[in-house]
Amino acid sequence: MSKMLSATAISLALMSTTAIAGGHCAAGKTLTDGTLTIATGNPAYYPWVMDDAPESGEGFEAAVAYAVAAEMGFAAENVAWVRSSFDEAIQPGVKNFDLNMQQYSITPERDLVVDFSDPYYTAPMAVLVGAGAVDTAPTLDALRELQWGAVGTTTAVPKLTAVIQPSNDPLLYGDNADVNAAMSANQIDAALFDLPTALFLSAVMIEGSKVLGQFAPDLTDNPDQFGMLMEEGNPLKACVDEALAALTENGELAAIEAKWLQDTTGVPLIK
Amino acid sequence: MTRREAYEARQRRRSLIVAASSTIAVVAAIMIFVPMAPGWEKVQRSFFNGDVLAQTFPKLLDAFLVNVMIFAWCAPAIAILGLLIALARDTKSPALFPLRIFGATFTDVFRGVPVILTVYLIGFGIPGLGLPRPWNSPYIWGSLALILTYSAYVAEIFRSGIDSVHHSQRSAALSLGMSERQVMRDVILPQAVRNVVPSQMNMLIALQKDVSLLSFIGPVEIFRQAGVFKSLTANFTPYVGAAIIFLIVTIPATRYADHLMAKQRRDRS
Repeated sequence: MSKMLSATAISLALMSTTAIAGGHCAAGKTLTDGTLTIATGNPAYYPWVMDDAPESGEGFEAAVAYAVAAEMGFAAENVAWVRSSFDEAIQPGVKNFDLNMQQYSITPERDLVVDFSDPYYTAPMAVLVGAGAVDTAPTLDALRELQWGAVGTTTAVPKLTAVIQPSNDPLLYGDNADVNAAMSANQIDAALFDLPTALFLSAVMIEGSKVLGQFAPDLTDNPDQFGMLMEEGNPLKACVDEALAALTENGELAAIEAKWLQDTTGVPLIK
Repeated sequence: MTRREAYEARQRRRSLIVAASSTIAVVAAIMIFVPMAPGWEKVQRSFFNGDVLAQTFPKLLDAFLVNVMIFAWCAPAIAILGLLIALARDTKSPALFPLRIFGATFTDVFRGVPVILTVYLIGFGIPGLGLPRPWNSPYIWGSLALILTYSAYVAEIFRSGIDSVHHSQRSAALSLGMSERQVMRDVILPQAVRNVVPSQMNMLIALQKDVSLLSFIGPVEIFRQAGVFKSLTANFTPYVGAAIIFLIVTIPATRYADHLMAKQRRDRS
């Protein structure tokens, strides 16, 4: 009798500890019970993740990830990080992550294939010009005459064709590093990035470049909003949305944005 | 019809029936068993999506014109440079030793380094030295990278063609009083080139596909355009569309290469 009692007591204790580790909402909905697996880019860029080390919690996306995890009941040591490419995130097989945070813009076409959390950041698009074109006026007409480049897999491409309508065909590249190389080799004059990335690139990566201006979010009817990407139909979405709503309400999300993205003010608007 | 002819007609009909039924069985097995896999719906939606294909196909065709354009100016340059390198390697006089060394190094280096590395190094590296605007175009330097790499392979094929011409041809020509240059130009090269045309067709077909490597340094050709669509629609069907376009172009080319090889075999035997 006492053996049964102690056995039940021990099993109850074990169950409750795993329940606490998983949070009441996210329990049983993650890849590994008790651990939240988050994927990020390879490499993960500044200011989203500092020094390519998301485990440190430094960087806007890393900080938001740990805040959302804490809100869902996962302690910092129960968050595991993996690296993934865009293709790995949208391929139809089993995913190796619960959430994928890599500055994914929420679009209706992508939403048909994967699920996005509620937006955690609204990113204005900014124009980065190379050393040869820093004197261009920040107006659409002047921008049209430049040679444009962009990363082919981002939402910068439809913005380029819809809003800017350059007179020469833009050159498209595989990733930020290649756009940097092209700008440094003077093959392109201007490129379109989200504002924090543009500021980083002009400050650190490309000599003599300048962030010419940003686009007002209402210039296109679909401002870039970043969401966490998940497998289609993932039940975790409700928990993540709940956590993000709580963080927005108590001001923690705004505080994280102010801490890591504070130099995104003071950039002129393109007319 | 003789009894032998009737027998052979029966055998032919029987083998035709067996071949047809085995093909039907294999195709039916694929069409029945593959959809039974648990992930088939998702894979079909992700890779074989009719709507996305219809939507993206016209623009993919436009982007393919960029491939054709790059191919059109690279192929003749490769043929010429390849032949020159092969001749450089094949010189006999001791005074031309540096030329032979250059040819050997050229083929070793450009066959050894992966094409994509050459494209990056030449396509970004040389313009990065500070060339002014039209001269630093990725089209020029990317094409140069392709031309250098493919000439190395084509040169080796030409060299094997030259070696395959029996040395009695050379001896006969020399004994007739022809100079070395005449021997090469009028006796060896015509035979050598005719011998290696089928292998060179292989290289041509490979070039059609490798033109897509220029997409890494900027030009929006079909691979990059398919990638843009993939990112916008989160779907891989644009790549299948691009593959279909490539096949439409390369299958006739491969059949023509087969025809040339068969003709060569018939002429020789």
